[in-house]
Amino acid sequence: MSRAPRAQELGIIGCHVCGLVCRTPAGDGAGCPRCGAALHRRKRNSIARTWALLLAAFILYIPANVLPIMRTVSLGDVDDNTIISGVVELWIKGSPSLAAIVFAASIVVPMTKFLVLGTLLLSTQRGSRWALRQRASLYRAVEFIGYWSMLDVFVVALLTALVRFGFLSQVEPLPGVVFFGLTVVLTMFASMSFDPRLMWDISDDD
Amino acid sequence: MSTPEHGLAPIDPTGNAAAGRLHASSPSMVICEHCDTVHRSRALARGETMRCVRCGALLARYHALNADGMLALVLTSLIVFLIANVWPVVTLGLGAQQSSATLWGTILMMWEQGAPLVAVVAAATLFFFPLNKMLMLGWVLLFARDGRRAPGFAPIMKTLFHLQPWTMTEVFVLGALVSIVKARAYFDVQPDPGIWAYGVLTLLITVFSGIDLRRLWDATEQDA
Repeated sequence: MSRAPRAQELGIIGCHVCGLVCRTPAGDGAGCPRCGAALHRRKRNSIARTWALLLAAFILYIPANVLPIMRTVSLGDVDDNTIISGVVELWIKGSPSLAAIVFAASIVVPMTKFLVLGTLLLSTQRGSRWALRQRASLYRAVEFIGYWSMLDVFVVALLTALVRFGFLSQVEPLPGVVFFGLTVVLTMFASMSFDPRLMWDISDDD
Repeated sequence: MSTPEHGLAPIDPTGNAAAGRLHASSPSMVICEHCDTVHRSRALARGETMRCVRCGALLARYHALNADGMLALVLTSLIVFLIANVWPVVTLGLGAQQSSATLWGTILMMWEQGAPLVAVVAAATLFFFPLNKMLMLGWVLLFARDGRRAPGFAPIMKTLFHLQPWTMTEVFVLGALVSIVKARAYFDVQPDPGIWAYGVLTLLITVFSGIDLRRLWDATEQDA
């Protein structure tokens, strides 16, 4: 197949908000003539910003897993649950399939995001041509699954509001859930600030 | 040069498609946001999608709904959203005691229980962002039915674009299911109308997410 042209080579730029195709203006950052959004050939400081957000998210992910996210009080019995002990409890007392979903959303998804975004950043920085199409679909997958990690945060919030039987039974949120929520928000920002076009900038013939 | 299996053809670099005027509007061109490849677009038939020849990203998809249909969908979602927020989601029973929770009850409880940050994130992603999305979309579509641009069209479209990844109704529904199963080990659990409304809302949102809002730029003329 003959090589498809890229916008940068043709001196055109697509508006990320309204999709209008414009001739590249004199300076990067000029406004789109149709919707007024700033036009950028590439996201600004994409690599550095993504690294910063990803590392911050990773640091917060440690207390999110170590600290308990939820306290259950039942007849004076106090039981603190971490993310993983909550999954185990759900596996034993509830439904194994839902336990698997919570495990996927709270552990597998964030870990995958760290690994995938880290790999994408490293390979892009080194100008690697390795598995470009696969890396492109990997990025799209990470963007797609990102917000499902919020699952456990909503579970803690709902149980806190529902279980209000005073001394008999009560659920309280603990600091772990705050760290976890922040991790999810930061990983979402991280995948948004990564510019997948940078991966393709090195490959003129693929 | 044509690649019929993708339903699109890359632009010929020597051709004049890109050599338009400064700031030329070219609805016939689509630039892949994931790899910067330029394609020439064409109208899609039912069931057809357009994928990038270089990286495989989805560029466009056929959608049967016109502005009228989308507006109907927005109004339906608003009604369902109202039901979902007024009625409780779940009721728990322990002996003679009962306790139920609405979405706002959940948010206020998190605020009072010392997790205000979680309360703010939940209020934004489950209430304010979805509500704003529906209201703004409804406003824009009201005018788009006659091919006009609503007052404030450009800033509204920009806001809608940025809100896109931050509405989490689907995740909340799954969270409610997990909570029900967890609570069932200790309490009598009774699902309330709120949870069904949220289920329907999730389906409506799935239909929405297939709509490319950018079409509205090409489908409308300047000024209301």
